[in-house]
Amino acid sequence: MRARVFVTLKPSVFDPQGTTVAEALHTMGYEAVKDVRQGKYFELEIDVASADEARRIAAAVSDRLLANPVIESYRVEIDEHAIERT
Amino acid sequence: MKFAVVVFPGSNCDHDAYHAAKHVLGQEAEFVWHKDTSLGGADVVVLPGGFAHGDYLRTGAVARFSPVMQAVRTFANAGGPVLGICNGFQVLLEAGMLPGAMLRNRSLKFQCEHVFLRVEQTDTPFTIACRPGQVLRIPIAHGEGNYYAEPEVVERLEKNRQVVFRYTTATGEATPAGNPNGSLNNIAGLCNEGRNVVGLMPHPERACELAIGSVDGLAILESVVKAVTEGAFAPVK
Repeated sequence: MRARVFVTLKPSVFDPQGTTVAEALHTMGYEAVKDVRQGKYFELEIDVASADEARRIAAAVSDRLLANPVIESYRVEIDEHAIERT
Repeated sequence: MKFAVVVFPGSNCDHDAYHAAKHVLGQEAEFVWHKDTSLGGADVVVLPGGFAHGDYLRTGAVARFSPVMQAVRTFANAGGPVLGICNGFQVLLEAGMLPGAMLRNRSLKFQCEHVFLRVEQTDTPFTIACRPGQVLRIPIAHGEGNYYAEPEVVERLEKNRQVVFRYTTATGEATPAGNPNGSLNNIAGLCNEGRNVVGLMPHPERACELAIGSVDGLAILESVVKAVTEGAFAPVK
């Protein structure tokens, strides 16, 4: 089972990297891009039978290590079909 | 008295801390590898600067799981003095031994320069030899020293007098001009509620000899020698 974890800074936290990327895009002429938030992306291969169990483990490791709850939030997506392609 | 200097893979100010403790202050000092589970009977623990575990994921995020951290936590819970310098401060934040987190510097640059700090509290083991409001000139060298915590956490830190050091101008004013990295409330260093665990981004161990530009860091390191020698902040054995 594959879990995808997206970690981003909380909306209330200033993101100097995202702001710099947005400014660069404006310089390049992409005025329509109003805001950029930079984050991290993880793919976890989890050897369990159910999507619920994979979701539980992915959330636990996100809480404990992948994200710092003081400044970051995360989103977990489970790809149940990943196992069928292996 | 004895200093324990913790060495993580990627620590690079461990020798500076050891040198300051042993050769400048004339105290005993010992390196403690991050896989060790004992602090060897030390009176004070220093988590040095550097890039522990490559700073992978986040600064200090992996170091907090190093085996030695359990011993550091036990030592701190017993009241022993713990100093986190730069990356060591980031490790203390990730370990939850101090509140808050570090963001990338507002400038997005690795800031490497001498800055001015104002001593806000003198009732910690690392500031008891300082004068209240004393301004120290000490170097910083970090990319992620932009302190952040939720507003209610910052309010509690200020109310409990846990902000130990603040970035200031040369004349001791905590203004945006004196803030090198965007830290909330110009916070450069904090203590825990027990006041025995202190973290700061500037490097006092790099400011202990005139030959390298400043001796203002001595006030911080001499404080802990005084605190331990006089029996204040000794760990409960």
